Amino acid sequence: MRHLLDTDSLSREDAIRILDTAGQMAATQEREMRKLPTLRGRTVVNLFFEDSTRTRISFEAAAKRLSADVINFSAKGSSLSKGESLKDTALTLQAMGADAVVVRHWASGAAQRLAESGWMHGHVLNAGDGTHQHPTQALLDAFTMRRHLVGGGKDSGANGKALEGLTFAIVGDILHSRVAGSNIPLLRTLGANVVIVAPPTLLPYGMTDRSDIAVHYTLDEAIEAHDLDGIMMLRVQRERMTGGGSGFFPSPEEYTRLFGLDGERLRRLPDHAIVLHPGPMNRGLEISAEAADHPRSVIVEQVSNGVAVRMAALYLLLAGEEAAE
Amino acid sequence: MSATTASRAYVIEGASLYGETTADLVLVDGVIASLSAADAPADSVRIDASGLVALPGLVDLHTHLREPGREDAETIETGSRTAARGGFTAVHAMANTTPTADTAGVVEQVWSRGREVGLVDVFPVGAVTVGLNGTQLSEMGAMANSRAQVRVFSDDGKCVHDALLMRRALEYVKTFGGVVAQHAQDPRLTEGSQMNEGLVSAELGLAGWPSVAEESIIARDVLLAGHVGSRVHICHLSTAGSVEIIRWAKSKGIDVTAEVMPHHLLLTDESARGYDPRFKVNPPLRTQADVDAVRAGLADGTIDIVATDHAPHPDEDKDCEWGAAAMGMIGLETALGIVQRTMVDSGALSWRDVARVMSETPARIGLDHGHGRPLEVGEPANVTLVDPQAAWTVEPSATASRSNNSPFGGIELPGRAVATFLRGAATHLDQRFEGVTA
Repeated sequence: MRHLLDTDSLSREDAIRILDTAGQMAATQEREMRKLPTLRGRTVVNLFFEDSTRTRISFEAAAKRLSADVINFSAKGSSLSKGESLKDTALTLQAMGADAVVVRHWASGAAQRLAESGWMHGHVLNAGDGTHQHPTQALLDAFTMRRHLVGGGKDSGANGKALEGLTFAIVGDILHSRVAGSNIPLLRTLGANVVIVAPPTLLPYGMTDRSDIAVHYTLDEAIEAHDLDGIMMLRVQRERMTGGGSGFFPSPEEYTRLFGLDGERLRRLPDHAIVLHPGPMNRGLEISAEAADHPRSVIVEQVSNGVAVRMAALYLLLAGEEAAE
Repeated sequence: MSATTASRAYVIEGASLYGETTADLVLVDGVIASLSAADAPADSVRIDASGLVALPGLVDLHTHLREPGREDAETIETGSRTAARGGFTAVHAMANTTPTADTAGVVEQVWSRGREVGLVDVFPVGAVTVGLNGTQLSEMGAMANSRAQVRVFSDDGKCVHDALLMRRALEYVKTFGGVVAQHAQDPRLTEGSQMNEGLVSAELGLAGWPSVAEESIIARDVLLAGHVGSRVHICHLSTAGSVEIIRWAKSKGIDVTAEVMPHHLLLTDESARGYDPRFKVNPPLRTQADVDAVRAGLADGTIDIVATDHAPHPDEDKDCEWGAAAMGMIGLETALGIVQRTMVDSGALSWRDVARVMSETPARIGLDHGHGRPLEVGEPANVTLVDPQAAWTVEPSATASRSNNSPFGGIELPGRAVATFLRGAATHLDQRFEGVTA
């Protein structure tokens, strides 16, 4: 692996290798001394053209625990907010000797452009590009699913395994969600069944024609039709709702009625099913407080798993390179 | 040099006229003086045209020359040069310049600069509405009566989306026999759109530009044109549904013409997969089914012409992320080769048909007197020589355009224009003719 741009191009072997490595990384985080010397002397740049404190901090923690030098380059208060182009930023990073660039950008494809345009030579990790993909989020979701549903709560029990035969629902704004964009291909690669739940206005073109994905227009229908092993609630962006005649659904209340996960719906899921959310949550909109804080919710654990998965990704891109040379 | 008239005579020997019959073309004093080299003046420059196809000079109904305003992308001079290289003797310069070509003053400036450069006839297109704002008709009469004699009006780049305003424009241009060329794009259905709405846009996470946004406007406008008895021209038609609507409209006797772009004959939305903005264009590259439909429509005459939508952009507007990039691609030098590759070599069009769709009919739609005329004695000496065997690989930086945003880099084309004559003067001569004019 040279870059991590999307999950479509991840082979099953690569995906499992990242998850297994993340398991080892997670184990090191249980120790008193959590810092590993692996990436000492390497420079990782967090290049964030969009605000995302959570993702940036997660990558920063991951890089630092591998002893890499971390440079944060954010839109606010930098040349990025003054209209400096992605190209010029890339040339600058190249000149500063960035070994890896973690990029978050509002434009779909920005990470791939950065990787393939010839502007710079470092490794590129996509930390979310427009409405396209967010691969480390999908990997941390798969990691969390695998720990609970394959490994019996332990990563070691899941080593080398995929998500064969498990069924997951992804609920919400599939059209604009880079989380869904990365989760759908990765779950398919790992052998899981995918159930999509969304209003028709928030489905990407062609989704209902896919033979490998089940689509439902209400959450109740999906819970009825499938034995779900996990359910992932996506954040509803407030600007997508109403206004100007171009809202994707009529009101927040109607959305909650049809698509929100509350305690009542949660109790209709199989007993072992887990609840995921990429955060930040709109409590009371796509998920009720009861569901969010329920024992079967793994939402907080997703955050800590995010660090382990990002450590694994950085390790495999940067240290893997040395092993290959 | 102005209003190019040749001072020297040319004799083109052994050309295949329209790819049909072999003859000579003697070009004297701006006209075709004879079809026999025996009649050529003794001091004529001789052009060996064996193996070459002679067509009437090509006419592009849809060109962006960018001057005035964006001379960093293209000028009338560089645009004229790339047009002549592509085999064109006339181009229609779209109105979306800065300032907008919405007054007699601006169109006269563009027209006279074209005459000064003298490599192609530059026919300015006038804006339908002031500043392309879609709310108030521009003074089309003044532009029609200016020295530029504007007959084609378009807000190209933007759609005349207000139905009542479109109706008024269609009616108004009857005064001087003009035509409204519509950029068919429903603005509400395409807010923020980046590429064709389909499986590829869904996968790439790029906002979709649905076919229906084009087709609904075309359907409305052919109905309007039929209702008020005007003619309407549809710019850059790109979808299978649009072909069906035009076919239906023509069957009802509605006076509609339509154009297709070379890139819509060759490329599909699959090209967007690398997020390379050279493939970003409006209307967007569509699916293979659309490509097949526009080829069929061009072959059966539903689509009347091929136009280029030559749209130069400087590097900084293309060497960037997809979402930040400008829409458009250059195409004057590659148009003929693409038409040969997609239509002629497949047997869908003859060279006689190419003369129709790239010269005669665009000249008729644009009322370009002196262009698109038969290759006959006494006609204006506007001639393009095509070498259908001169395969070449497109190298974008080799273009005469000031910009190099071609999506065809590395693509092999089977032939190209090797010589262009405007009123008997050579405006483009391929390297092979080096020395013959010395």
